[in-house]
Amino acid sequence: MSANTEARTQDVVWRRRTPMGDLLAWGAWLAIVLATVLSFRQISDATIWDFVWDAPQQGADLLSRAVPPRWSYASVLWKPLWDTVNMATLGTLLAVILGIPVAVLAARNTTPSVLLVRPLALFVIVASRSINSLIWALVLVVIIGPGPLAGTLAIALRSVGFIGKLLYEAIEEIDPVQVEAVEATGATRAQVLSWGILPQVAPAIAGIGVFRWDINIREATVLGLVGAGGIGLQLEGSVATLAWPQVSVILLLILATVVVSEWVSARVRKAIT
Amino acid sequence: MPEVLPAAVLEVACLVKRYPTGDLALRDVNLRIGRGEVVALIGPSGAGKSTLIRCVNRLVQPTSGSVRLDGAEVTGLGSTALRRERRRMGMIFQEYALIERLTVMENALSGRLGYTGFWRSWFRRFPQADVAEAFALLDRVGLKEMANKRADALSGGQRQRVGIVRALMQRPELLLVDEPTASLDPKTSRQIMRLILELCTERGLAAIINIHDVALARQFAQRIVGLRAGAIVFDGPPDSLDAAALTAIYGDEDWSATLGQGRKATDEEEEHHSTVPDVERLAGLA
Amino acid sequence: MSASHATSNPYAAQAAGWRPPPLIGSRALRWALLLGGLAWFVAALVTMEINWARAAEGWQRGARFLAAFVPPDFVSKWDDIAEGLLESVMMTVVSTVLGLVLSVPVAVGAARNLAPRPVYLLCRAVLVVSRTFQEVLIAILFVAMFGFGPLAGTLTLAFATIGFVGKLLAEDIEATDPAQLEAMRATGGSWLQGLAWGILPQVKPRLLGLSLYRVDINFRESAVLGIVGAGGIGATLNTSLDRYEFDTAAAILLLIILIVMACEYASGVIRRAAL
Repeated sequence: MSANTEARTQDVVWRRRTPMGDLLAWGAWLAIVLATVLSFRQISDATIWDFVWDAPQQGADLLSRAVPPRWSYASVLWKPLWDTVNMATLGTLLAVILGIPVAVLAARNTTPSVLLVRPLALFVIVASRSINSLIWALVLVVIIGPGPLAGTLAIALRSVGFIGKLLYEAIEEIDPVQVEAVEATGATRAQVLSWGILPQVAPAIAGIGVFRWDINIREATVLGLVGAGGIGLQLEGSVATLAWPQVSVILLLILATVVVSEWVSARVRKAIT
Repeated sequence: MPEVLPAAVLEVACLVKRYPTGDLALRDVNLRIGRGEVVALIGPSGAGKSTLIRCVNRLVQPTSGSVRLDGAEVTGLGSTALRRERRRMGMIFQEYALIERLTVMENALSGRLGYTGFWRSWFRRFPQADVAEAFALLDRVGLKEMANKRADALSGGQRQRVGIVRALMQRPELLLVDEPTASLDPKTSRQIMRLILELCTERGLAAIINIHDVALARQFAQRIVGLRAGAIVFDGPPDSLDAAALTAIYGDEDWSATLGQGRKATDEEEEHHSTVPDVERLAGLA
Repeated sequence: MSASHATSNPYAAQAAGWRPPPLIGSRALRWALLLGGLAWFVAALVTMEINWARAAEGWQRGARFLAAFVPPDFVSKWDDIAEGLLESVMMTVVSTVLGLVLSVPVAVGAARNLAPRPVYLLCRAVLVVSRTFQEVLIAILFVAMFGFGPLAGTLTLAFATIGFVGKLLAEDIEATDPAQLEAMRATGGSWLQGLAWGILPQVKPRLLGLSLYRVDINFRESAVLGIVGAGGIGATLNTSLDRYEFDTAAAILLLIILIVMACEYASGVIRRAAL
């Protein structure tokens, strides 16, 4: 009996993948390693390595100059911080308002035309998502001038795609029978949207909005670097004048704000679900 | 079938539905339903029962043929005219299809959407008469106290009652009922079926009821239509539904138990009548 | 219907009393939130210093900017564009690989079911710092430390990758079925074997998904780091906008969108092939 099994196990060669699968997996790993090595060589060529070896010292130096933070500087920062939070909040609100129709047009089950309107809405979403809010800010500062208005719009333009994408996925997952039931009562298209679909995705809208708001608080802290309002402007000024004690105050303030916003966001999302 | 046909509320003629996949769900269905007539539609899964009633209110678009509601053609109507016709056909669904996150009252009022402008419905400003009617109907089905509960807090039987109220809020002439008891236990199933029947009688409503349960169909319907592979293979009173007819609908099987069970169930129901309090109350109100 | 007419009085009274249920139960809280929200909204708008005259000019410039998209100018600054994009792509590759290699041990350390308390706290601290600060802020510090150029950007993105992948992966590890790890330990496997056989198979789909998603994010982020001198296409874009060369800027933006779309498509294909 045992001799029998032994004989058979020798015939069977166990493999994790098929030979072709093996080849593909190894090829993929090789490609990744090769791409990484080649890319790193290029980056390394563009780098002055003396500076890099110096980095620990530079870092220690920065730290020693940044401590202790110049707390008195905080008094100048309240208004920019207020602007930062407002830009994030107003921008998110605007993005929710714009994102809902985009999502409705993009979702397979609500779009008026799968062939015409849906691809357009999907393009709006991918374009909005591809462009970082800082780049949107860069563009908007050139167009409408520096200030928090440009920042708010930049936040909104970047967030429309994010909200639109998550929301249209949520719309595609709703229970279609509830929609059918509303249609069967003789409701209009608008009523089907507001009675059959909206109640099903309302929690998703709130959740996605708050989630993005939390991200936007972070994003808004840097928009000032390109002149789009908020605390980034003070940061830019302090870095440019090498006022590191001020930089540390700003970073600590940002840290506190982000921690609070993350807490609020988590609480709200928990309450919704 | 009676010799003198009552005035038809629904006439389906030569109805064909072919899905884009190529499946022929309905082949040349002809059906005539009189005012106040309650018809049970039986047949195996995939026979086209659901497709047939969805073709009537055009949740599914028929491929060809005609559907006339009270003499008026429904196929080929534009969206506005279709909505107007849909208001006259209440639909009751298998999985209740309530708007889960809205309250019982809002679900009931949603039956009036076809009569209400968008903004009025958005702000829930329905005419007082509609709200009063919703309360009356909820009371009728024993759910008045639940008006402000969310639909997803209700039990299956309660949800289906709300579904019935929603359909009746349309003040329909015809009820399209799709497997009303498939998600319910046997006792609740009988209560729901009886409620639908009582309401149809009270209001002189015609109804097509898709139903899996042959015994329930025999017990409650005045007429039974059997559908097999998209074609009508039986049409007659419950009494004439014998083993041969069931074989024609479902294929070969020993039907003696099923046919017996129908009568036994009826006896049980007789006993129930005296023990189920809300049935008494319902009867009193009627 | 006439019968119900007689009984319609009690229902009419009830109907008159019916209001759609409010979103927030407590009346006081409802009003407080409404008024507070309104007050904040007005205050936010009033304190936002908007140069309306300048903003009004924006219509013209905006129209000019949009007009620049038909057709965009890929040609006149092509060398700069190509170099910047290539650099962005290379930064993406290196930073993603480096970030992933580092984020796996951090994630293991930040998983409550695997790491001892001190290691857990340390790794969680790393994740919090990495996630709190926007990439650009980190880049400013890294440029100050490592000098201008793509290395600073690459390290920034790698650091951000640790925070992103590390946190989500740690959550996934904490949610794994402990019985599988126990079973591997019971066979006499080492701690590392336990990880490889008891944990890895469970989190592999998530790890792959996060990695692919992070490629996407890193590319998009690499496009802005140039603004603070950390390499990539951002510098080229910044210059073209500064010089009002909208048609070149349009070309760059379109290319970014295109590459992101390609990444998303590729990641979909890879995910389907690998899982």
